[in-house]
Amino acid sequence: MQPINHVAGKAIPFGRKNVDTDVIIPAHWLKTITREGLGQGAFEAVKKEPGNVFTDPAYADAPIIIAGDNFGCGSSREHAAWALLDMGVTCVIAPSFSDIFSGNAFKNGILTVALPQEAIDRLMEVAQEQPIDIDLDTQTVTTPFQDRFPFDIDPFRKHCLLNGLDEVGLTMAQGDAIATYEDKARSTLPFLAKTPASVD
Amino acid sequence: MTTAPRTLYQKIWDAHVVDARDDGTCLIYIDRHLVHEVTSPQAFESLRVSGRPVRRPDLTLAVPDHNLPTTARLDANGNRIPIADAQSAQQLAALQKNAPEFGIRYIGDTDREQGIVHVVGPEQGFSLPGATIVCGDSHTACHGGIGALAFGIGTSEVEHVLATQTLLLKRSKTFEVRVEGKLGAGVTPKDVVLHIIGMVGTAGGTGHVIEFRGNVFEEMTVEGRLTVCNMAIEAGARAGLVAPDETTFAYVKGRPYAPAGEDWDKAVAWWKSLATDPGAAYDKSIHIRAEDIQPTVTWGTSPEDTSSIGGVVPAPEDFADASKRDAVKVSLEYMGLTPGTRLTDVEVQNVFIGSCTNSRIEDIRAAAEVLKGRHKADNVKWAIVVPGSGLVKQQAEAEGLDRIIIDAGLEWREPGCSACLAMNPDKVPAGERCASTSNRNFTGRQGPGSRTHLMSPAMAAAAAVTGKLTDVRDLVPELTSAN
Ligand code: SF4
Repeated sequence: MQPINHVAGKAIPFGRKNVDTDVIIPAHWLKTITREGLGQGAFEAVKKEPGNVFTDPAYADAPIIIAGDNFGCGSSREHAAWALLDMGVTCVIAPSFSDIFSGNAFKNGILTVALPQEAIDRLMEVAQEQPIDIDLDTQTVTTPFQDRFPFDIDPFRKHCLLNGLDEVGLTMAQGDAIATYEDKARSTLPFLAKTPASVD
Repeated sequence: MTTAPRTLYQKIWDAHVVDARDDGTCLIYIDRHLVHEVTSPQAFESLRVSGRPVRRPDLTLAVPDHNLPTTARLDANGNRIPIADAQSAQQLAALQKNAPEFGIRYIGDTDREQGIVHVVGPEQGFSLPGATIVCGDSHTACHGGIGALAFGIGTSEVEHVLATQTLLLKRSKTFEVRVEGKLGAGVTPKDVVLHIIGMVGTAGGTGHVIEFRGNVFEEMTVEGRLTVCNMAIEAGARAGLVAPDETTFAYVKGRPYAPAGEDWDKAVAWWKSLATDPGAAYDKSIHIRAEDIQPTVTWGTSPEDTSSIGGVVPAPEDFADASKRDAVKVSLEYMGLTPGTRLTDVEVQNVFIGSCTNSRIEDIRAAAEVLKGRHKADNVKWAIVVPGSGLVKQQAEAEGLDRIIIDAGLEWREPGCSACLAMNPDKVPAGERCASTSNRNFTGRQGPGSRTHLMSPAMAAAAAVTGKLTDVRDLVPELTSAN
């Protein structure tokens, strides 16, 4: 995973609320067996709308998307995060995110920044003209107009994002604790600890 | 550990903590992992690249469902009929190869037990009360119907569970949804959950796990509870739960993966201890009167866009929230609906009875009860009934339900996700409407330009008969098989 500490650049002022994962990447793009190339399908339906921000050359290769409430609702498909990454987006700013989406985004090194609607309104305005700057270390979003919006982030997520840490590797290092749990479960919860396919 | 009264959710959570961090993140042990072909290839790919094995292949079960065509899988000579869509075939082939390579039990497309992963899990006794269950599919919440803490995960998490049999999670808040009273005839579990989603909205459960409580759920069959919990995710919740009880134990007992002998007795004793303690606090609660719930359908492109069947298509101005007004405008345009139109005047060209929400035997029985001795309307061009698994199919056929369905002019298919999402050949044509028993009415969900109305199997069957959205009670005043 790529470490991420600073995202700066043009932001796509999308602004829409309840952007579901079907909008981010329609189901017919889910048939891949690798992670690459999904950027092409990202926001496919929106891209067909006249005057949309995704085909507007002003926002080409922008690393940031600004959206409304409840971004990433709908299915658990991680393809939504891969599609954003593949289109070069590493930060989404919105008033709120669906739990599953923000988890998937984090695991793929995408920063999700939750800010109040007033801040979103202001950033939507700024993004039309100017770049936006997100600093993970100080947890602030700033603009060239001296706007300054602090944001919260889970300290563990922050640590992993800043250092590009892979969760699977981190957890595998706790193999002993897992084995201890499994030993205990074999006696306390034997009916959950195995299936007929288990070798005792 | 603690003597404070705890909820069902807290008890299951506490029993699965491997490690707790200061910031509240816990490493949670996962008892059962269901794997299907869509969200797993990249996870197996990563394991292969990093040389990591699957930690507990015995707690993992793989079944293909999303991409499979629901037409015959073998020809007259018993040979496999090739899958036309190259990408679908590629995903299916990847699972078929990955499962044995990593030592995971695989139920193949022509096995009798094959079906939708969320139908297969409970049916095989693989999903158990009190267990933590995950699958790379958001409707994993379904398994909450047997009292399991079950939720959908993304592919990175699939990889994490395959490699470590654990997940890093933070405890959710709890949301009590209590429904009490007597459901009217023709009001089914699907109507109950659609009504709830209409009330709380698609973001109402965000950050929460819903526990469905009250006599309505206590009296519901396990199949009905699975339907309700299936759609907890559409209310924004991470999971839904119904406390395991005697109904649950009777359902689980004797299933292939269920515990037996001494383990069974231990299991039941523990399961009985899981019910929420009196006085345990929920972060949020709502109470609903069962008598207020009518047969319910959706009119828009969000599962919260519900109305009782007696209602009319709303106007954007009916909504107080400005962004909802905008959304309704866009949604009505997409749906091709005019405000004020009576829902029972809305014609449908397609009917889909199936999906992990409503494809269990009870659902097929409810549909058959309505279809019996009737025939689909001429304007209904495509109407399919897709059992949730090969075993449901077999059971339905043993009861003669397939004959009723076929005689009514509907098609009887092979198990799979089918028209729930447009990943396999079952799609609703652009601009056409479908009375659908699935769980999502999102734009394009059943095919580009498709227009979905969510409802119960009995209501979908009624729509097939009249060719319009229909109050099933007008056709069958005393529906007996529905709850
Ligand atoms: S039936 Fe639909 S919701 Fe259920 S697992 Fe299949 S695609 Fe997902």
